[in-house]
Amino acid sequence: MPKLFQIKPSVGLLSLPYSLVFIFFFFIPLVLTFVISFWDYNEYSIIPDFILENYRYIFENCFSFENGMCVTFKTYLSTFMFCLITWFFTLIIGFFVAYFLSFYVNSLTWQIALFLLCTIPFWTSNVIRMISWIPLLGRNGLVNDFFLSTGLTSTPQEWLLYSGFSVVLAFVHLYTLFMIVPIFNSMMRIDKSIIEAAYDSGANGFQILWNIIIPLCKPGIVIGSIFVITVVMGDFITIGIMGGQQIPSIGKIIYVEMSYLQLPAAAANAVILLLLTLLIIWIMTKMIDIRKEL
Amino acid sequence: MKKNITRRNMLKTSTAAVGAVAGAGLLKGFPAIHAADAPVIRYLGTAVNMGDAVQKRLFDDTGIKVKFIVKTTDEVVKTIFTQPNSFDIVDSEYFSMPKLVPSGNLLGMDTKRIKEWDNVTSAFTKGEVAGKKIGDQGTAPKKVMYLKGSNSKEFASEPTQHVTLIPTVYNADTLGIRPDLIKRPISTWAELLNPEFKGKASILNIPSIGIMDAAMVVESMGEYKYPDKGNMTKKEIDLTMKIFTEAKKAGQFRAFWSDFNESVNLMASGEVVIQSMWSPAITAVRTKGIPCVYQPLKEGYRAWAAGFGLPATTKGRQADICYEFINWYLSGWVGAYLNRQGYYSAVIPTAKKYMESYEWDYWMLGKPATADIMSPEGKKLASKGEIRDGGSYEARMGSVECWNATMDENKYMVRKWNEMIAS
Repeated sequence: MPKLFQIKPSVGLLSLPYSLVFIFFFFIPLVLTFVISFWDYNEYSIIPDFILENYRYIFENCFSFENGMCVTFKTYLSTFMFCLITWFFTLIIGFFVAYFLSFYVNSLTWQIALFLLCTIPFWTSNVIRMISWIPLLGRNGLVNDFFLSTGLTSTPQEWLLYSGFSVVLAFVHLYTLFMIVPIFNSMMRIDKSIIEAAYDSGANGFQILWNIIIPLCKPGIVIGSIFVITVVMGDFITIGIMGGQQIPSIGKIIYVEMSYLQLPAAAANAVILLLLTLLIIWIMTKMIDIRKEL
Repeated sequence: MKKNITRRNMLKTSTAAVGAVAGAGLLKGFPAIHAADAPVIRYLGTAVNMGDAVQKRLFDDTGIKVKFIVKTTDEVVKTIFTQPNSFDIVDSEYFSMPKLVPSGNLLGMDTKRIKEWDNVTSAFTKGEVAGKKIGDQGTAPKKVMYLKGSNSKEFASEPTQHVTLIPTVYNADTLGIRPDLIKRPISTWAELLNPEFKGKASILNIPSIGIMDAAMVVESMGEYKYPDKGNMTKKEIDLTMKIFTEAKKAGQFRAFWSDFNESVNLMASGEVVIQSMWSPAITAVRTKGIPCVYQPLKEGYRAWAAGFGLPATTKGRQADICYEFINWYLSGWVGAYLNRQGYYSAVIPTAKKYMESYEWDYWMLGKPATADIMSPEGKKLASKGEIRDGGSYEARMGSVECWNATMDENKYMVRKWNEMIAS
């Protein structure tokens, strides 16, 4: 055993395998996407070139506002709204679930069991989920049955399904886990004696939460937020299915362009989406230095 | 398109089949070297028409094995462009030809090598059914059937020896309805935007096909008469999308669908009572015991057609095997199998030989069933006394109004469609 420790592989060697994977399957494709976004194309091929047409096309009519907002702005606005609302709800719910798991559940077995419960939404495929929302939220679904039988409403409520509401519901139900895990991780690292010290010094529950737990959970909150925001920004399947395909998403536009072989146009859209997502993450990491906090 | 459905089943069965083939090879071990000579065809397509039964029959009849490369319609097209040597035969649709042929990735197929070529239905070769011209708006097969030569990248306007695809299967599509929830006769495409069905209508979110259904609706409302629905001008696209955008904003649509299963769920749950639909989806709703009709409409049908193509590099023994496979495919057994699913076989006389006369009367002649009608998998599709929606082959295919299409203004159309979705 001691011999093993005598060989000290350099940092470069240790990081080589992952670097290679990263370079070949992430960095190079990304550079290619960027390059192709300046190419020309026709019905059946992409043509090496350097044109700005693909970008110009995305923002066509976007700065005149004569006919209302252009598709690109509308789509991003709707995507930002979903991001914001989903982020808010997953944060609130995720934070308190993590709080419960780390401060109220004392046995590791129970923590693991309850964690597994949180992963249930991921046990089913998209197809199954899509089918199973109908009996719950549909026109003849359970919720509407309840509304009608209790006299809360006189007609079935249609906004329950295929609406912004159902999209947010699906996002929150799926992605709260992405908040729970990093926040829980941060909370478990909090030294319990700090809390005891605060309590001994006369802090009440809210003060402890606000002045100690939340600041110490910041790295977890930021990591969870990055997960949730990047996933929602790029999503088109959940928005498509739960929004009844009537709500736009950038992902769907890219998908349609790819299926019609308009690859450079899709690449340009992808580059813009990537830049915007990176911008959001950059702002968040400006607020908190994750590296330092970890 | 039509074919997403059994894609999942297909994936299952084809992987099972591939697994079985691999397994058999392992078990046999070294003595059976000649087994390696059994010709295997790499079949690229949506493969919805090809069940286990077809593979088994193919092997028994010809000794040819098929390895499926199952993809969606759009992915099939993409694969022909990007990996033209990754398959031996491709099952594609005629409306992709205006895109595919100029690429030079497909071989002009030699009709002299197709035994039943003279029996291929006139709907393909001449655009006629029972001697009567049918609608040819959009990418009608006859427009993109013939090539100027075996390596030509140009279509010929007159019949020639070389064709783009050897036709296999086709059908006429229309709106699906829930008769039990609508409770009155439906006879026109215009009903899709009838305010009576506000919040209970749907259309598919696949621009190239959705726009055709939209055009059928706009024309039947008397808003505009298109010179060619399958090749609209920018103005015509604007007009069509304006009408649909207004309807969407007014809450006409419950949802749009882009996946076969979605259309089945919308209909089966009663969320939607009238929508664009494909025929196997109707069958799927019906086999749940829920009434659903593939409603014939007075303006006619939107048709589609598919066939086999070969990569441009095909030659020698590989070409022989592929032509043998195609000849087998058109020799009747598969034709009957397709007809029983509610599609139509490209070579009708051979299919007839493999169908019972009561089946033929029901599927092709539009007569009341004299016995229960079964699917190829043995599920009951119709009871004694029922008549097929839309009636006979001549009544259905004879009323085709337009075909799935690739428009010159495709790029603009896709953009406008996205705008409607975003509105």
